[in-house]
Amino acid sequence: MRSRPSEYELVAPGKLSAVLELMAREPGAWLPIAGGTELMVQYGAGRLGARKLVSLWGLPELRRIERTAQELIIGSGCTYTDLRNHPQVAQEFPLLVRAASWTGSVANQNRGTLGGNIVNASPAADSLPALMVYEAELLLASVRGQRRVPYIGFHTGYKQTRLNADEIVAAIALRPRFANYHSYSRKVGTRNAQAIAKLCLAALGKISANKIDDVRLAIGSMAVTPLRLRRTEASLLGREWSPALVRDARQALESEVAPIDDIRSSAAYRTHVAGNLLQEFVESLFAREQASVEHAQ
Amino acid sequence: MSETAGRCEVSFTVNGAAHTVSVYPMERLLDVLRNSLGLTGAKEGCGEGECGTCSVLLNGELVNSCLVPVLQAQGTELCTIEGLTPEAGLHPVQQAFLSCGGAQCGICTPGMILATVQLLRRHPTPTLEQVREGLGGNLCRCTGYTRIFHSVFEVTKTEAEKGGTVA
Repeated sequence: MRSRPSEYELVAPGKLSAVLELMAREPGAWLPIAGGTELMVQYGAGRLGARKLVSLWGLPELRRIERTAQELIIGSGCTYTDLRNHPQVAQEFPLLVRAASWTGSVANQNRGTLGGNIVNASPAADSLPALMVYEAELLLASVRGQRRVPYIGFHTGYKQTRLNADEIVAAIALRPRFANYHSYSRKVGTRNAQAIAKLCLAALGKISANKIDDVRLAIGSMAVTPLRLRRTEASLLGREWSPALVRDARQALESEVAPIDDIRSSAAYRTHVAGNLLQEFVESLFAREQASVEHAQ
Repeated sequence: MSETAGRCEVSFTVNGAAHTVSVYPMERLLDVLRNSLGLTGAKEGCGEGECGTCSVLLNGELVNSCLVPVLQAQGTELCTIEGLTPEAGLHPVQQAFLSCGGAQCGICTPGMILATVQLLRRHPTPTLEQVREGLGGNLCRCTGYTRIFHSVFEVTKTEAEKGGTVA
């Protein structure tokens, strides 16, 4: 059943401070809407529970990308198109730009926002594993001020977050310290374009003296929230290349995930393919190291 | 169900003409264009942002008008397929779709043409990969896409011959 427009309120106060005041006056009553690529789908299908919405679209305070001495601060209202067009994001956070390119069509990338993707908290969201391996922090804003929380741990359950009823995600802070890391990401969907992921792995790794000396792995669509794969990372750390390394890492992965079984894929398929992606990452990490050693000689 | 929202006035420019409409703020831009302004070029396909047949240009950027609450179009400049078509003749992208058989039943065509306009603004001489990506959000069930891709390349070819640009 279609929704009836007359049953919904939507206001656009035009300033972030006015949005936050409205949300503080009636905590939990107003649902923020940015580009509408998620909420308008629910609305169109008659599934949008909220009846009062407040628009964040076009707020200049939320649509900036700023480089401070330490960080890149991405406003939560930046669209996927904004991310793809920004040279510093592309240079310093290639996994995020790649995820942005996977997220829906051009029209949806022109409207969908990074903040919306985070708050919507879909376990299948393409950008979230990238934010996790880059160890993003979130700047949350309310009339009480701003607080900063690590992105890891922000999702507390299926479509649940640590956001308070009067808060919004104002910005995403990223520290550019992965310049010499090998980046890997791969999304597996039903088809190449515009499919919701069955699985999505983002990975960063660095080798020194033939050993993996840092590694970060995060996976989407595997559980009810995106997951950082700590145990799998531990199984790789400090190790040299060997067939046993891949076997151990796959075992560690299997031991730390309990995949979802849903309309998009089965748990068994997810486990197997996650292992394949992990293997591809590990092999590409050592292949890159080998290539750079040969290049130096 | 009770009515919680009142109507409001929203002003925007559509195809160069200023309009003010009295609407519910959560009405979909698609419905306002079609029902209030009589611009039926944008179609409703899926109603969930997957098919692109409701595509319009909002401040020059391609959007699915089924996913835009009309209040968010306040103060914007909109271009629909009707506005792309010149007084006489056809826009070069329309002409290319006609010449190359890029349109069959026609339902996807307005969106496909606007997506092509956005694509050629970003990539005036696109690769096949860029065409595939640029039109990836616009579904066609008739052509199998090959003739649509031919149409896009035809535009770049004829415009290059004329020394002009499409956008």
